[in-house]
Parts: sequence; C-alpha cells; structure tokens
Amino acid sequence: MTKSELILKLTQTRPTMKLREAEAIVNAIFDSMIEAMQRGERIEIRGFGSFVVKEYRPYEGRNPKTGEKIQVHSKRSPTFKVGKELQERVNAKRPKDGATPPSPAQAGSGTPPAAATPSGAGSATPPPSTK
Amino acid sequence: MNGTMTKVDIIERVYERVGGLSKKDASDLVEMVFDLMKVTLENGEKIKLSGFGNFLVRDKRARIGRNPQTNAEIIIPARRVLSFKPSQVLKEALNKETGGA
Repeated sequence: MTKSELILKLTQTRPTMKLREAEAIVNAIFDSMIEAMQRGERIEIRGFGSFVVKEYRPYEGRNPKTGEKIQVHSKRSPTFKVGKELQERVNAKRPKDGATPPSPAQAGSGTPPAAATPSGAGSATPPPSTK
Repeated sequence: MNGTMTKVDIIERVYERVGGLSKKDASDLVEMVFDLMKVTLENGEKIKLSGFGNFLVRDKRARIGRNPQTNAEIIIPARRVLSFKPSQVLKEALNKETGGA
C-alpha cells in the first residue's frame, strides 16, 4: 500500500470525505511525526509502535587504505519498535500453519511463547517481565 | 529534555493544520489512519510512505535457539516480524539541523 492508496482508503471511510482533505490529514500526521523526530522526541502510538531517534556520536576514523584520519560526523537515525498488539496481529495471520493461530494460550500474561519455555528452570527463573 | 509525542499530540496537529475538522473528527480520522495501516500489515502487505519510510512484514523461519541460562535448546517457531526502513528524506531531515555537516 502506498501513501496515495492510504489516502484513498481514508476517503472511503466517510461519504463526505474529499480526496484533498484526506490527503491533508495523512500529510499532517506524518509531517508532524517527522517534526517531532527532528526535535529529538520519541513517538509512541499505542497499539502500533514507537519511533526513537538514535544518536550516533562523532568519532575519528581512519581511511583504511591511506591511514588518513577522517572525522565521522554525528548522525541521527530513526528506529521503529513494533507495538505488542500489532506484533501479535501480524503474527496471527501468518499463512503457513496459520489455520490455528496460537492466540488463546496467551490471554492473561503476555509472555512470548519462545522465550518462556525453559525446560529445566521451572519457576525459579520467571521470564524477564520486570523492566 | 526531549519529550514524547503520542497520538493525542498528532491529533492536535491534524486539528490545527487541516481546516474544517472538529476535534472529534481529527481524533477519529487519525485513529482510522493507524487502523488502516494495521489491517494492511496484518494481512502481510507492506506500506510505502514516500517521504517517511516503508513498513515491511517479513516471514522468519523456525530455528533452534538456546536458553543461555540453562543451555537448553528451544525451538523458536516460525514467525512474522514487522520492520521499518526510514526513507532517505526522513534520514536527511533528521540530520540537516543537528550541527553536523
């Protein structure tokens, strides 16, 4: 799905919605997110995920061929971490053995199934839920 | 220090910038945009937002992992993960005013 398809879908959610308006809304959302990241803010969208701007400090590197010193500038790069709800939804519709998604087991405590199966550890080492 | 932007802040920006919307409209529509994105990704389809980045759903095969504490082998089941690749425009936007070159 591209941005224009997203805009088009948004217009279909309301009979009165015009394309120009839907376009303005979608642009306002992502522009404001970019501006927040430019200010160094993190973005948390519950149910979807979070964006964090990672800062890389400058360092003095060397050109491996000539041995010449070069200054590597600081840089910032956005990282995205998927939210729990979206991760579960993405995983649930996996095609392969997807006829029976493994959702009912994790209704209460949201322990990821892979990490939570220490065969010999029993209750001595609970999964790392404390943060 | 640096704050956190939440959906409420995004709704506020949309309300300010897009004329003719009530706050309720702005809230419902922002909610709808993220819902549309979630449904798309849930169905395994990628999203390409020019100027922002791409969200990709990738299938990971099952593999054998190891619990580092007990040394026990465990099967990490096949799963789907979501990844985000920022666009060049976004990367440049984050770097142009940070003092660097």
